[in-house]
Amino acid sequence: MAKSNKPIVWGLFAAGGTVCAFVIPVMILITGVLLPLGLFGPPEASYESMTRIVSNPVVKIVLFGILFLALWHAAHRLRITVHDFGIRNDQLVARAVYGFAGLFSLIALVTLLSF
Amino acid sequence: MSRNPYVREVPRTTWYMRNNRYIRYMLREVSCVFIGLYAASLTVGLVRLAQGDNEWTHYLNGISSPTGILFSLLAFGFACYHSITWFNVTPRAMRIPKGDGFVPGPAIVSAHYIIWAVVSLVFLLMMGVL
Repeated sequence: MAKSNKPIVWGLFAAGGTVCAFVIPVMILITGVLLPLGLFGPPEASYESMTRIVSNPVVKIVLFGILFLALWHAAHRLRITVHDFGIRNDQLVARAVYGFAGLFSLIALVTLLSF
Repeated sequence: MSRNPYVREVPRTTWYMRNNRYIRYMLREVSCVFIGLYAASLTVGLVRLAQGDNEWTHYLNGISSPTGILFSLLAFGFACYHSITWFNVTPRAMRIPKGDGFVPGPAIVSAHYIIWAVVSLVFLLMMGVL
């Protein structure tokens, strides 16, 4: 049987979809709504508290896992959805979406390690 | 001589507009754009935080702008829609044997909703929001 990377691609998609379903809504609520509304205090205060939170090794690992899986899930689903919107250049689309996911995963990894 | 096969005209870019089911399908699929953009924006936030006080304040101003808040609210809506559609099909993805049959679908779906609520509460508690 021909070798295929489909199980890995779809496995990561499924893992990412599940993780996103559990954590992304509450994360958007916290970092996208409550943080800008000032629930963590003025910028100086939130700078201190957020730096303290992401310096925790467990938070680093969990946050990287979430970001990596969310980016991968989104990239793979977008690749399929773009086809549904009538764009048929799959090779180019795949490079673009996986490239985006890979780039931001790498940035997240390097940045988290720097704290 | 055979006739030309009948090919039904399907508009390539707007086919899903004919039917509410297709529109809901596309909305579900488009949720990935918001999840991806949110993950990317959170990554940028981490970079700004690592760069220092000043850059972090700039980032906060960005996400506090009307555009930033509007994006977050939209992304929140799409993320919830992703969760709901994802959990509602879990019985078809996992068949858990129990006795002579399987764990009934509604029990699997409910379990996912309960875990969703618990995970959300834990996140809010750990961030000191609740």
